[in-house]
Amino acid sequence: MISKEAIISNGAPSETFVLNLGPQHPATHGVLRVKMTMDGEYIVRAEPVCGYIHRMQEKMGENRTYAQFLPNTSRIDYLSAMTYTHGFVGAVERALKLQVPPRAEYIRVITSELNRISSHLVWWGAFLLDLGGFTPLLYAFDDREKILDLLEGITGSRLTYSYFRIGGIYNDVDDSFIKGTRAFVTQMRPRLKMYRSLVTDNIILRKRLINIGPISKEMCRKYGATGPVIRGSGVPYDVRRVEPYSAYSEFDFLIPTFEETDSMARYMVRMEEMAQSLRIIEQALDKLPAGPVMAEKVPRVLKLPAGDYCYAVEAARGRFAVRIVSDGKEIPYRVKLRTPSLSNLSLFEEASAGMLLPDALALMGSLDLVIPDIDR
Amino acid sequence: MNPTVPQLPNSAPQPAPTPAPAAAAPAKPAVSTAPQPPAPSRPPPPPAPPPPNPLAHLSFPFNGVDYAAKGYHCEATVSPDQVVAVAEVLDKEGLSLDTITGVDWMAEGQMEVVYDYFHPAKALRVVVRTRIPRDNPEIASIHKVFPGANWHERETHDFFGIRFLGHPNLTPFLLPEDADFHPLRKDYAA
Repeated sequence: MISKEAIISNGAPSETFVLNLGPQHPATHGVLRVKMTMDGEYIVRAEPVCGYIHRMQEKMGENRTYAQFLPNTSRIDYLSAMTYTHGFVGAVERALKLQVPPRAEYIRVITSELNRISSHLVWWGAFLLDLGGFTPLLYAFDDREKILDLLEGITGSRLTYSYFRIGGIYNDVDDSFIKGTRAFVTQMRPRLKMYRSLVTDNIILRKRLINIGPISKEMCRKYGATGPVIRGSGVPYDVRRVEPYSAYSEFDFLIPTFEETDSMARYMVRMEEMAQSLRIIEQALDKLPAGPVMAEKVPRVLKLPAGDYCYAVEAARGRFAVRIVSDGKEIPYRVKLRTPSLSNLSLFEEASAGMLLPDALALMGSLDLVIPDIDR
Repeated sequence: MNPTVPQLPNSAPQPAPTPAPAAAAPAKPAVSTAPQPPAPSRPPPPPAPPPPNPLAHLSFPFNGVDYAAKGYHCEATVSPDQVVAVAEVLDKEGLSLDTITGVDWMAEGQMEVVYDYFHPAKALRVVVRTRIPRDNPEIASIHKVFPGANWHERETHDFFGIRFLGHPNLTPFLLPEDADFHPLRKDYAA
């Protein structure tokens, strides 16, 4: 990283100035502030300042029961609520050695992948908005609306689902969900092709993203970056493949990776991932087993054996992990939430040094940040 | 005891069914209609083999862990002055820093610092733990090995008041900039 002093000693004008980006700024998507030391249009140092939407979720975890904490897990990364609930119930199920019925695991996979597509669609629309294109957002929200309608039909909720329960899921899916999801998969495939010709192949977009904001494999590893960020650096790390959980080992899907490490690579990872999620959903619908959707004999009062239990899932932004420390009581002793956006943003200061401000904003958008996910 | 946990039929102590000589028990036929408990003479199954330890070649006390039960593959409890050396060794093994956090063991007067690592290419999750005194919680920072530790250590300082020595900027990260409290300490009332 180039320090401010080094740039000045090399003859650059010493008149740097501090530019505050946020906490109320459209490009920071929520309440992130970035304190930027600028040399003209170039960034000398960009330091993210976090905590504006901090809610102390982990303390809330220590003063309520496991079942009472469950709704909180939909409100950490509100665009990826299904997978976050999955991480939490997975840790509790692991501690209690609960066997989740296969039908419930398949429905978890279907709803998680629908949620991943809807999350990527929000990213896609918002990212292109950052880059100055308004129209794609309208297309993205049109498709996302279909997913939200499907999920609302079974969960009763459009964003904060709390659909997974300790031992299974809240209720079974009905025929209208299955028919509607099949119809969505059929409709979405040509839409992804249309997105490609409308946006991905657009020369202005490519000039804004190609070779801009490279993040090396080594930088990803040193900062713990995961999700589309590390896969855009050519590392095929995906929790669904590396530590298969739920029913993911039963489906045939690819882990898209791109070696270019630039903002375009991260863009392409997410676009390809939507197609892979459609494949997973289709296979899960074809093979959907019959049977109950809740484990038998889930204790009414949940007391986890003393010890610590971890569970990791692949959320839309990367690896989300829960660590529960139990002392054998009804209330957790400690709930640690490891969120992907925090680690993904932590490399921004190093990655953005020396970049032009508009390019750094493209880099930030390509990280797909959800600020409540960082602040918790 | 939790009333909803089903009682296994054989969990109560049963008298050992000694095979009686046929001549000694004329009143009872040898063929009983009652289900027989399993023969108690069978020795208990041997304990499961210890889980594999993928980091056994390192000089730190790593133990293999049953992944299905715990969610990680390997763990080690080290002394507080070893955490930087462990981070350097795991860095050479190609691991990535997952997160750093604390646990306040108030009754024992200790703070636990937990370092989570993951491997970006294979299924290998490693947990490194250490304990420091609760009344003077200080430990060396590992940000020089993993720059990603910077924010995790600031967060742990926010929540627990653990001071990471050598940290470049140990200011409040998620808490307000003038915060002088540490909410995840067990004596902090919510």
